[in-house]
Amino acid sequence: MLEQLAQFYAVYGSVINFIGINALLALSLNVTLAAGMLSLGNAAFAGLGGYAAGILTIYFKLPYVVSLCGGALVAGIVGLVLGLPVLRLRGVFLAMATLAFGEVVRIAAVNLDITGGAEGLTGIPNVTKTWIIYLTLAGTAYFMAVLRSSKLGWALVSMREDETAAACLGIHVTYYKVVAFTIGAMIAGLAGGMYAHLNYLITPRDFGFFIAVDLLIYNIVGGTRIWYGPILGAALITALPEILRGVGVTAGPIRMGVNGLILLLVILFLPNGLASIFARVRPAAAKAETA
Amino acid sequence: MNLLAQQLVNGLFIGSVYGLFAVGYTLVFGVLDILNLAHAAVFTLGGLVALWLVQTAGMSIWLAFPLATLFAGLLGLLLNQVAFAPLRKRADSQFSGLISSIAMAIIFEAVAMGLFGARSVRFPQGTVSVHIWHIAGVTITSLQVGIVLVAALLMVVLTLFIQRTRIGKAIRAVAESERAAMLLGVNVNGIIASTFLISSALGGAAGILYGLYFDALAPDMGRSIELKGLAVIILGGMGSIPGAILGGLAFGLSEVLTVAITGTSNLRDAVAFTVLFAILLIRPSGLLGRGKMREA
Repeated sequence: MLEQLAQFYAVYGSVINFIGINALLALSLNVTLAAGMLSLGNAAFAGLGGYAAGILTIYFKLPYVVSLCGGALVAGIVGLVLGLPVLRLRGVFLAMATLAFGEVVRIAAVNLDITGGAEGLTGIPNVTKTWIIYLTLAGTAYFMAVLRSSKLGWALVSMREDETAAACLGIHVTYYKVVAFTIGAMIAGLAGGMYAHLNYLITPRDFGFFIAVDLLIYNIVGGTRIWYGPILGAALITALPEILRGVGVTAGPIRMGVNGLILLLVILFLPNGLASIFARVRPAAAKAETA
Repeated sequence: MNLLAQQLVNGLFIGSVYGLFAVGYTLVFGVLDILNLAHAAVFTLGGLVALWLVQTAGMSIWLAFPLATLFAGLLGLLLNQVAFAPLRKRADSQFSGLISSIAMAIIFEAVAMGLFGARSVRFPQGTVSVHIWHIAGVTITSLQVGIVLVAALLMVVLTLFIQRTRIGKAIRAVAESERAAMLLGVNVNGIIASTFLISSALGGAAGILYGLYFDALAPDMGRSIELKGLAVIILGGMGSIPGAILGGLAFGLSEVLTVAITGTSNLRDAVAFTVLFAILLIRPSGLLGRGKMREA
C-alpha cells in the first residue's frame, strides 16, 4: 500500500504540487471575490512575490522561509499601495485597472535586468516540498474559514450583497476593501514564491493575463461562497489533463474544449460552483434527520 | 523625418484594424454593459474561415471576405443564445456573462485549434495583388490602403446605421434603458441578438484584415488583440463608437512610436497600459465616454 502511494507520488508528484499552489492562488483571489470585487491582478501579485523571493534567495542568500515571507510582504505592500486608488472603481472597471497593472508588471519583468528579462530569473534552488505547500494551504484555508465568520468576513459579504447598504450600516467600505485586497495580494505573493522555488525559474509568461483568468476559472468552477470551493476548482482544472489522459484523450484542442465546456456548464447551471452540490445535499440531509 | 512619417502611417494602418475590432467590443458593452471576452476568439475564427474559403474552397478574397464576415456574425448569434441570453435574468448577469464569455472564448479557440491546427498559417501568395507606392519617401502598399478603406467604410456604415435606421435607434434605446425600450414596444431580445450579430461580424472582419496585414493567422492570435481591444475601449470610453475608432488609432500610433523612440519592441505595450491605468484612475469614463461612471 505504502509502495503504491510512493509510486503514485513519483508519477503525479508535480501535478500534486501544482494543485496545491494553484489552490493557494485561487484562495488569494477568493478573498476579493468574496467581497464582490473582481481583480485580475492576483497573477501579477504572485509574479511579484515569486520574483522578490527568487531575488532574495539568489542575490541576498537568504534562507527559504525568509525569502518566502519577503515575497509575500512585497506583494502585500504593492497591493496596499495599488488598492488605495484602484478600489474606488467597481466591477468591470476594477477588473481592467488590475489587468492593466498586471500587464505593467509583466512588461517591467521583461525589461528589467534583475528579473532576468524575457528568459526569466533562473537558478532558483528547488526547495519547495509537497508538505510545505499543503501545510501552507491548510493554514490559509483555516485562516479563510476563520475570516469568514469574523467581523471582517461579514463586512465583506455584506459589501458583496449591497455596497451602499453596507456603507449605511456603518461598515467602512474602503478600509475593508483595501484590507481584503492586501490579504489576497500577500497570499498570492506567498504562492508565487513557492512556485519560483519549485520550478527552478520564473518567467514573465508564468503570470500573464491568462493565468489571472485561470485563477478566476478555479473560483467559478469550484464555487466562491464556500471556503473549499476554490481548492476544489483548482484541483479539478489542474488535474484535468491527467484525468483526460487517463481516459485516453491527449489531443490539446479537446482538452481545452473540455475545460471551456466545464466552465460554461458550471456558470449556466451551477452559479455557485461545484461545491454547492455538496452544500445543497447537506442541509437536506440535516433536515431529514430532524424530521 | 521620413522614418517618423513612415511610422505614423504604419500606426494609422494597424490602428484602423484595432479600431474596427474595438468598435464591435464597445457596441456590446454599450448595449448590455457586458464585456464579451469571446470577441477576440470570433476575430480569430473570422480570419481563419476566410483563409479556409480562399485556400481550400478556392474563392477570391472579395467573396471570402463577406462570407467569413457573415459567418462571424452568426457566431455572435450563437454566443448570445448560449452564453448571454440564459443569464440575462440573473442579478449578477454582468459578472456571470463575463465568465460565460470566457468559457465560449476557450471553446472557440479549441475549435479553431482542432480545425486549423496550432501552427501559424498565411493567406496564399497573390490573394490580393499588392502595388507599392513611394510618396514623399513614405512607402505605402495597396494592401494597407485597402485595409484602411475597408475599415473606414465599415465604421462609417455602422455609424450611419446606428444613427439613422430604425434598428439603430432601437439599439440606442435598449442601451439607454432596456425597460423603457420594452415599454415603447421595442423587441429587446431581437435587438440584443442583432447587436451581437453586428458586433461579431465587425470582429470577424477585423480578424481577416489583421491576417492579411501581418500575413499570419494562428488560433491564439486573438490573445494579443484581446488586451489591446480592452485598452482601446477604455481609452475611448466604454460604449462610445467614435471613441473606439479614435482609441484604436491612438493605440496604433502609440505602439509604433514607442518602438521607434525606444528602438526595441519590448516596451511596445508599456505606454498603452500605463495610459490605460492612469485613465481609469483619473477619468474612468474615458475620453469620449458618457459623463457618469457606470456601476458595472
